[in-house]
Amino acid sequence: MSKTLIRGAKVLGGAPQDVLIDGERIEAVGEGLSAEGAEVVDAAGRVLLPGLVDLHTHLREPGREDSETVLTGTRAAAAGGFTAVHAMANTFPVADTAGVVEQVWRLGRESGYCDVQPVGAVTVGLEGKKLAELGAMHDSAAGVVVFSDDGKCVDDAVIMRRALEYVKAFDGVVAQHAQEPRLTEGAQMNEGVVSAELGLGGWPAVAEESIIARDVLLAAHVGSRVHICHLSTAGSVEIVRWAKSKGWNVTAEVTPHHLLLTDELVRSYDPVYKVNPPLRTERDVLALREALADGTIDCVATDHAPHPHEDKDCEWAAAAMGMVGLETALSVVQHTMVDTGLLDWAQLAERMSFRPAAIGRLTGQGRPVSPGEPANLTLVDPAYRGAVDPAGFASRSRNTPYEGRELPGRVTHTWLRGRATVADGKLV
Amino acid sequence: MMRHLISAADLTKDDAVRILDTAEEMARVADRPIKKLPTLRGRTVVNLFFEDSTRTRISFEAAEKRLSADVINFSAKGSSVSKGESLKDTAQTLEAMGVDAVVIRHGASGAPFRLATSGWIDAAVVNAGDGTHQHPTQALLDAFTMRRRLVGRDAGLGQDLAGKRVTLVGDILHSRVARSNVDLLHTLGAEVTLVAPPTLLPVGVGSWPCEVSYDLDRVLPASDAVMMLRVQRERMNAAFFPTEREYSRRYGLDGERMARMPGHALVMHPGPMVRGMEITAEVADSERCTVVEQVANGVSIRMAVLYLLLGGQDQTAQQTAPAPATEEK
Ligand SMILES: [Zn+2]
Repeated sequence: MSKTLIRGAKVLGGAPQDVLIDGERIEAVGEGLSAEGAEVVDAAGRVLLPGLVDLHTHLREPGREDSETVLTGTRAAAAGGFTAVHAMANTFPVADTAGVVEQVWRLGRESGYCDVQPVGAVTVGLEGKKLAELGAMHDSAAGVVVFSDDGKCVDDAVIMRRALEYVKAFDGVVAQHAQEPRLTEGAQMNEGVVSAELGLGGWPAVAEESIIARDVLLAAHVGSRVHICHLSTAGSVEIVRWAKSKGWNVTAEVTPHHLLLTDELVRSYDPVYKVNPPLRTERDVLALREALADGTIDCVATDHAPHPHEDKDCEWAAAAMGMVGLETALSVVQHTMVDTGLLDWAQLAERMSFRPAAIGRLTGQGRPVSPGEPANLTLVDPAYRGAVDPAGFASRSRNTPYEGRELPGRVTHTWLRGRATVADGKLV
Repeated sequence: MMRHLISAADLTKDDAVRILDTAEEMARVADRPIKKLPTLRGRTVVNLFFEDSTRTRISFEAAEKRLSADVINFSAKGSSVSKGESLKDTAQTLEAMGVDAVVIRHGASGAPFRLATSGWIDAAVVNAGDGTHQHPTQALLDAFTMRRRLVGRDAGLGQDLAGKRVTLVGDILHSRVARSNVDLLHTLGAEVTLVAPPTLLPVGVGSWPCEVSYDLDRVLPASDAVMMLRVQRERMNAAFFPTEREYSRRYGLDGERMARMPGHALVMHPGPMVRGMEITAEVADSERCTVVEQVANGVSIRMAVLYLLLGGQDQTAQQTAPAPATEEK
């Protein structure tokens, strides 16, 4: 059946409307649309969003298929309401050549669950020394626009400057993992009251903020755009706010976990809370929420980072950094931003679909819910309440910090160009 | 009494005083010709050391043997156990062997806490030092030493350290001994002052229940005990301080400085000392220095902790005096 009628959905949280999908596109939006020849989805009480777009996903393939593959990762993405993800470059081998990014791009196409837009490495092997062939990756079938050494910071100021300048030729953007390496040697958690007590090496806020300050100045100097990954501190917010007030071309993302969790959780020494950048303080969490609400932070990005069980079932210092996030992102953002009154659903759509798609220059993603647009859609039941159960994850990994935590909202349907990838809460 | 001893911060004042009192009883055993109690006969204690520390291991081993426990020494250093999963594997191996207590020394902060709380093992866990986090038996033996010297061996029974002024000097940032001592001394009512160059104090130290000073000479005259912490020479390579000479000039304890302390005040050191760095030979070898005494007290404290965790159970609340050994062994 090529037609689907979504009946009575609150489109972007507004008044209930019918949305008719025909083939790959939205055919009509309005009241009382005919269901003739269409499969009907009763969407009463549910919110219809544009398919979510993630700027920051670790799909782990090639190289760490024990933790995630493009297929399992895109299934997790679909389950979480995403129709496009940006696959980070820190794979084995590193996605620093046209060959690797095309491989990842092709695997994404084959999966059929979610568009996969590869991110290219800024430097060869993520080593921060020599520019990767950025132009070749852009010109490849993968059409790379976003470049990042994520996992590592491009800390050499000259390399960063050159990368920012170089990608202007094809409207690329450098996404910086802001972490001054010398200030974070041996870092295990946020540096502050809790780290002092626990005796864990501190990851000071200034190590993030000093790089962001440098990079917004560099971007301004060479007239490039720069994107800041997973902003985590109140001070970083101030710097980005200042840079934007100057009219500089700076964008920023925040992860769901930095909107909700604090370093107090590290007192358990449970490595499920070990992540980079680390969980910060309550004050930082509140500043990040406010910044996401007022637009200083452009978008939410998951930093979905799957790890096998054994890499977390150990003592803190030996554990890997990162959390899975695709399947809980929307719930956490509803909980922290919508249910608190900081954002309405239309603003959430801006921050989880329109803006990230625009930053990544994706066409066909992050589009309005209007006739003629590609039918990339996510249907959410915002009234749902339930405890997070990692056993039900589509991701190959289970390293979630939310196990057992009650969170609101549930994705009931996801459509990728008109095809249901999720229906009635289950992957299709 | 709790099931594990992970952090000095977990001890209430009553717990701590009970341990100190029990240690006094244990110390009497050491004065007898037969230094052995049957308390832990048939119980197995493993000394699981992921980090070299002959001093601490020998101290625990002596304590365990004096309580008649079966002792297994497991040194994981040098084997392939630097990766985390091995802690779990090792724990489960020990569990399968039916051990009753694990004394663990580990380079990673929080490893004993994980061992005690992750469901890997049922045994009682005693933290013998984890990373830069805690070393609770060291703090207990330090408090024991202070109580004996400053309050009195018999007069101290049942007493805390209320009003005693204790100064800790040196590398606070990297010191589990400092963290444990601040927690325990605060619980026992002492007033603690930390003295260090600002580079060797953790960000966040302001929330600790103690004072902080950068000026050793100002603090010394108002100290009942001064504990010098070891400062590793390598720290100066990471720019924590410029030179060894400058460190010892500003923060080291020499004879001239010691003379500014009150007559009754103690000089303490958890060992091993770096003579010429934080302490001069003159001070280390002086009457006031309790280093050797601390070592002896360490055995009594560790006996008390194991006794209360494994053997004593509830009856120790009423009867702290352990029965003497009735047979020779
Ligand atoms: Zn990152």
